[in-house]
This record gives sequence, structure tokens and C-alpha cells, in this order.
Amino acid sequence: MKVKFYILALLVLAVSASCELDNFNEPDADFTGNIVYEGQAIPVARNQVRFELWQSGYGSPAPIDVAIAQDGSFSSRLFSGDYKLIFLPGEGPFRASSDTLYFNLSGNKTMDLNVTPYYMIRGAQFSQSSGTVSGTCGVDQIITGANGRAVERVTLVINRTQFVDTNSGGEGSIAQVDADLSDLSNLSMSVDIPEDAKKPDQDYIFARIGVKVEGIEDMIYTPVEKLNL
Amino acid sequence: MKKHIYLLLIASVAIWSCSKNDEEFLDRPSTSILTQEQIFSDPKTTLSVLADLYNRYYDFGTVEDWASLAGFNVAYWSEAGRYPEFQNDGWGYGAWGTWDYAYIREINLFLERCSEATELTEEDKTRFLAEARFLRASYYFEMVKRMGGVPLILESETYDFSGDASYLQHPRETEAAIYDFVISEAEALKDILPNDANTKSRATKGAVLAMQARAALYAASIAKYGATTPQVSLPGGEVGIPASRANEYYTKALEASEAIINGEAGGYGLYTKKPDLSENFSSIFYDKANNPEAIFVEDYLVGGGKTHGYTIVNQPRFGAEEEEGGRINPSLQFVQSFELLDGTYAPLENEIGGAPVYFDNIGDIFQGRDARLAGTVILPGSKFKSTDVDIWAGVVLADGSVVSGDSRGQQKELPGMTGQVQVVGFDGPIDGLEFTAQTGFYIRKYQDPATGSGRRGTQSDVWFIRYRYAEVLLNAAEAAFELNQPDLAADYLNDVRERAGLTVPLTAADVTFDKIVHERYVELAFEGLHFFDLKRWRLAHVILDGNPISPEEVTENIGVATKRETQPYNIWPYKYYNPGDANDGKWLYRINRLSRITGSDRFRLGNYYSEIGQGLINNNPKLVRNPNQ
Repeated sequence: MKVKFYILALLVLAVSASCELDNFNEPDADFTGNIVYEGQAIPVARNQVRFELWQSGYGSPAPIDVAIAQDGSFSSRLFSGDYKLIFLPGEGPFRASSDTLYFNLSGNKTMDLNVTPYYMIRGAQFSQSSGTVSGTCGVDQIITGANGRAVERVTLVINRTQFVDTNSGGEGSIAQVDADLSDLSNLSMSVDIPEDAKKPDQDYIFARIGVKVEGIEDMIYTPVEKLNL
Repeated sequence: MKKHIYLLLIASVAIWSCSKNDEEFLDRPSTSILTQEQIFSDPKTTLSVLADLYNRYYDFGTVEDWASLAGFNVAYWSEAGRYPEFQNDGWGYGAWGTWDYAYIREINLFLERCSEATELTEEDKTRFLAEARFLRASYYFEMVKRMGGVPLILESETYDFSGDASYLQHPRETEAAIYDFVISEAEALKDILPNDANTKSRATKGAVLAMQARAALYAASIAKYGATTPQVSLPGGEVGIPASRANEYYTKALEASEAIINGEAGGYGLYTKKPDLSENFSSIFYDKANNPEAIFVEDYLVGGGKTHGYTIVNQPRFGAEEEEGGRINPSLQFVQSFELLDGTYAPLENEIGGAPVYFDNIGDIFQGRDARLAGTVILPGSKFKSTDVDIWAGVVLADGSVVSGDSRGQQKELPGMTGQVQVVGFDGPIDGLEFTAQTGFYIRKYQDPATGSGRRGTQSDVWFIRYRYAEVLLNAAEAAFELNQPDLAADYLNDVRERAGLTVPLTAADVTFDKIVHERYVELAFEGLHFFDLKRWRLAHVILDGNPISPEEVTENIGVATKRETQPYNIWPYKYYNPGDANDGKWLYRINRLSRITGSDRFRLGNYYSEIGQGLINNNPKLVRNPNQ
């Protein structure tokens, strides 16, 4: 009899403890997309460019930072609800609309965010021969006039891993070289692959070209290119 | 009988309870809490309240926190738990933030209560009030340096519990307005505070003028150099100062500095008591007897209950008074930036055309340089507390290979030799072994030569100097240079340089921006000022650009203001072992980067002004965020 009583008590506990009264649902919606200009994703440095989401309806508000991946995409797992999306001023190598974007999230949502970059890199080509990586490209000014900014430098960056940018220090690049800027529509640069006895040999390398705009911290890049050695 | 006793008891209780006035009986003065009236009726208790406010003074760098003096890759941190600081790639936006309005409120309360006091003499009261205002201005100065413009609260405020706190929410002032406040408070206080160069740890005319000079100089350079980074500003002026105001601030900085230099605030001057110039320089920081250089200090007293452990954590590990020490290891870049005595820059010549240079004595490579080098850094072959340090990394054999150990002072057998000999110094350097001199150097500045200073039971009472005369000279020099008076700038720089033993005085044509940057770098290193210099010149994001430093570039561009500073390098002495060779037993040096240094620091534009936390913005929506965060 006593044993049965315990079982009964346990059952009651189990049932009452698992009631939904004070449990939240897990985040249930994927919010994904790209930052685009004329339908083309804008690659940037990994985890350097971000926008903020604000969800209304809860106590003390705090922004949800969404970092943009290096191919220009983003994704964030969120609770369903009403959101505001803002780009902070000065964030990213582009001018985004300064208006707040309102949207409702219920279930998964894909949304491309239109921005206007200062420049676009056109026709990037990479090649490799005997330990030297070369790249050519042209740079197209998109924002002109009063808001236009000059190119500070165009850089070819190479790295042993697929994460390539000039911002992450030794993690993002093993070598980089700046181009001569005399003709922006026809730029070429080449860099030697440094030897490092401490690291294992590999028969491929990753490269991309980035444009640094004067007075803007984040750079615009080409997609990462894998080169076989 | 028993009954009678009870009756008697009841009767007596009844009588006692009626015969006294209850209210009076229960209203006893506390024996452990002083009332406001009691405190503000006696100058001693009032001073002790003020002492608490002094004690809460905010320093960016202080001897109580060794790491705060040694940031930004001027030194490597030889403590295992701190290596990650050299493996990350920068700082969070919230770093270095300060927002202590409780402190401001208590200063405001002190000002209000003290000015209502009736029993203090007018003389005491005036001084106390002026000191509290000095502390308040000092903290606003500290906040504006780190946060930009902040709400300026000059009265204590009280919440009325009405449910609506919006009347307590104040917007940020402009950055210029806070600097203006600091400068104008200094102007108002300088003739109220005592004109006494021997008062070091309380506010004086000298202290307030030194603060004014520094604040005006910072504001001026933000106005001038902020123009190079227009993104680091806010449309409302909470961050950023219009370039048009630069001259006005530089003029003020020069005027305030010259007031001290001309003796208006008492007998301040450069410390020149000791004949050995290096010893003289290190004595500035521990000689507390009639030191004309110190203007305003945080003072300590062994046996008086206020000490700090700076010497414990930094003393040379060999012969240390505790089983620790050696934490701050100045970098190669810092050491090589000290000029030769004729005022030229030169790398440490450890090799010529790829061949090593052999030195007879271990310290010879550092000879013939600015005396401040040996005064700031404990070099291999030098002494601390009359004991030689033992810094050498190993033995180099004839073929160039190295024999070394992985524990301090380890012994090994060398080829062609019987029996074991020591192959590495008792102070290291050993890569990755904490408390050894991993860059090849220890810090000397602020280390206390007194016996017992390195013991936990005794500790050190060396003071921390917040304002000193040499900084005033350098402030004057910078302001004069920016105001197109290079002759005057050269004069002030030469005063400082002459004490450092530099033989060739600068001429007006030698004074450049880079020279000013360099002079402050070597003179004021490890005093908590370097960071704000980098910020106000908007150089931080240039020299801390996130790129690693290559072994080739580390010895180049010495004395150039924009030289990269993302990683510290080291230079290690080795003993040459090649019996029969002319160089046997001599010393050679090798430059390297420690294996624990895998990151390189990147100072983002959003780091220029610390983040105002989301919690603060939620409480006060009128606060504007800082730029680029």
C-alpha cells in the first residue's frame, strides 16, 4: 500500500511539474536573407558588420545583434513576434536606409535587405602560379556626389582557411598586398604565399579582394575564391 | 510570602512604567552613527568624509592594479592567467567605461551639507568646498575622457515616488561642454585652494592648474585631430569637438601650464637630486621627501593601513621576497624607442648583416641611451634592491643552436664539458613561464626599493603620481608647438630631455608632431596616460590596426607616431659558448615574438568612446549612444 502511495505522489508531481504554465516556447522562427545591391549579395568581413533587431512587447528592451557572414548572408533564430530592424549609422561599407524597418515574424522568413554600397568590385579574377597569387578586378563607384567617398586602398588578401579578411589579424590573413590605385577600372596585384614551417602543407589557398573606403571602417570584398596549388 | 513578592513586583513595574516619559526614554542617540549635524560641526569629521571622497578618486591607471598601467602592448604580461589578453583581437565596446553617478551625488550632497554647516570656521569650509569641487571636476574629466559628453549633474536629486522618474532623466551634454566645465571649475578654484607645493595628496593650486592644463590640451587635440576621423562624432556634439575651438583650448593649456612653470602655484620643478640620471629618474616615483616634481598624488603609508602590492607583483623573480613577481615585461619596441644620447633613433644592434654582434658585458647593448631607459626598465645586467638580476635565455653553441632550460636557473651539460653548468637565468626569460622576464625586461618605474616592499605582510607605500611637473612641461611644449611657437616648445622639451642626459638640445626645427608623441611615450610610460594620448590624437585605430607585426618591421620606423603597436616583441640575451673562439663567453641578442602571443589588437572606431550600457539607456532614453557601436 505504501509503495503505491509513493507512486501516486510521484505521478501527481510529474504531471504538475510538466504543465506548461510557466514555460516559454523555444525560438521557432528562422530569419534569413542577404544584404544586397541590385540583387547581388555584398560580401563583407566575417562578424564585423551587424544590424540590430528590436522585439517589442517585453520588459526592458535590448537589441538582438545579427552579424553578417562573409558572403553577405545572415541568419538568426528568433521568437515569433513584431520586430524593428535598424542599421546603426556608420555600420557597414554601404549606406542603408536610415528608416526603421518594421516586420512581423511568424514562422520562417527570408528577406533581402537593400543597401547601397560605396563601391562594387567588378570582374574579379584570381590566379596562382609557383607560390604567387595574383588578382585583378575593377572598382565601380556607386555612391557619387556629396556622399561619395574616395577609395583608400584595394587589397588582395590570402589565407589558409576559408575565413579571409584584413580585420581579423593573423586569423583572417596570412599575407596581403595593396594595389596601385592609378586606374580604378583595371587593378592588379600579386602576393607571395608565405612559408610557415610550423604549419602543415596544404594544396589549396583562399583569396579575396577587398576595398577600403576612406573614413569607413568596414570593407567590401569579393566572394572568397579557393585556389588549388 | 510568595504572593507578597509577586504583588510587590507587579506594583513596582506599574510604578516604573508610569513615572517616566516613554518617548524620551526610547529616544536615544545612536552610539554608532554620527548625524549630519555632528559631522559637519567638527573639521576633523568633515575631513574624514572628504577623505572618503578622495579615496574614491578614479584613476585609469593605478599602482593598485598593475595591468592598468601596462596596457596596449607597451609591455607583455608575464602571468599565465593573462596570456589570453595577447591572444584576442581587441576590446569590447564596453571596455574602460565608467558611470558612477552615486559618487557624483555624494560629492553634491557633501557640497550642500558642508555649505549649510554653521560651526565650521569660514576658512575650513572654503577649503573643504573647493576640494570637493575639485574632486567632482576630476571625475567629470575622467568620464568625458572615456564616455564623451555626459549629463552634468551639479545638485543632489531625490526621487519623489510619484511613479514618474522622467524629471530625473537628463540628456548628455556635449563633449566640449564637459571640458568647458572642468576648465572653468579649475579657473574658479585655483585662487581658493592653498598655494602650497608641499601638500601633495590634497587639492592645491598646483593640482587644479595641472588638471586644467591637461583637460584643455585633451580638448584641443580632440578638436584638432578629431577632424581626421569625422565618423567618431555625434551630430549633437556629445562626441567630438568642433575644429574651430582647437586654438582656444591650446591657448588655455599653455597658459595653465605656464602658470605652474612660472612658479605661480609654488615651488614645483624637475626632480634632480641624484647624480646618476637613471637612478634620479626612478627616484621621482618613490622619493617622497621634498619631491618638487610631484604635484598631486595618491599617497600610501606602511603601518598606516594603506598600502599596495605593486612591488610584490612586479619585483624580479630571482631574489623576490615572495614566490611571485615579474609581471610587467616592457616590450622591445618600447625599449628601443629610447634615443641615443645625441638624440638619434637606433634599433638595438644585435646583428650586422645577419651576423650576430658579440658584447663583452650583458648590458652593453643598452649603453649610451636616454637615461630614462634604465630608470623605467630593469635591463639585463642591472640591479634591483642592490641585487643583480639574472636575465639570460640560454647558451648559443658554435653552430648557432641554443641550449636552454625550461625552469629558472636550470643546469645542463654542454658539449665538450664535464659537469653541469647553468644554462638559463634565474629570471628566465623562459617562453610561457610566468613571472620570468619574458620579453627580457622587467619594469622599474614605481617599484619600491625599500626592504619588505615585496612582502605581502608589509607591502609598499610608494605613492602614485597623478600630476607631475614633467608632464606639465610636456603639455606646455605640445600646446606651444600646436600654436606655432616651436622655439618655446623646444625649450620645454629640452628641460625634460636634459634631465634624461640627452646631450644635443632640440632646435625649433626639430620639434615635430612625432617628436612630441615620442617624448610623451618615453617620459610618461606606465603612468596611465599613454591610452588617452592615443585616443585624443586619434592614433589608436592606426597603430592598433589588428595586423600582426613582422620581425622585419619591428625594428623599423622607431620614433614614428604611427608605428604599429599590436603585439609586443622580445629581445633575449644569450651566452656564446665556443671554447677557443675569441667570442667565447660573450653575449649576443636575438629578437623574437613569444609563442603565447597569437592575437594582434585591433582598436575599432567604436572603442574611442566606451559604450553606454543598454540598461542605462532603458532607464534614461534621453541618453544617445556612442558612435560606431
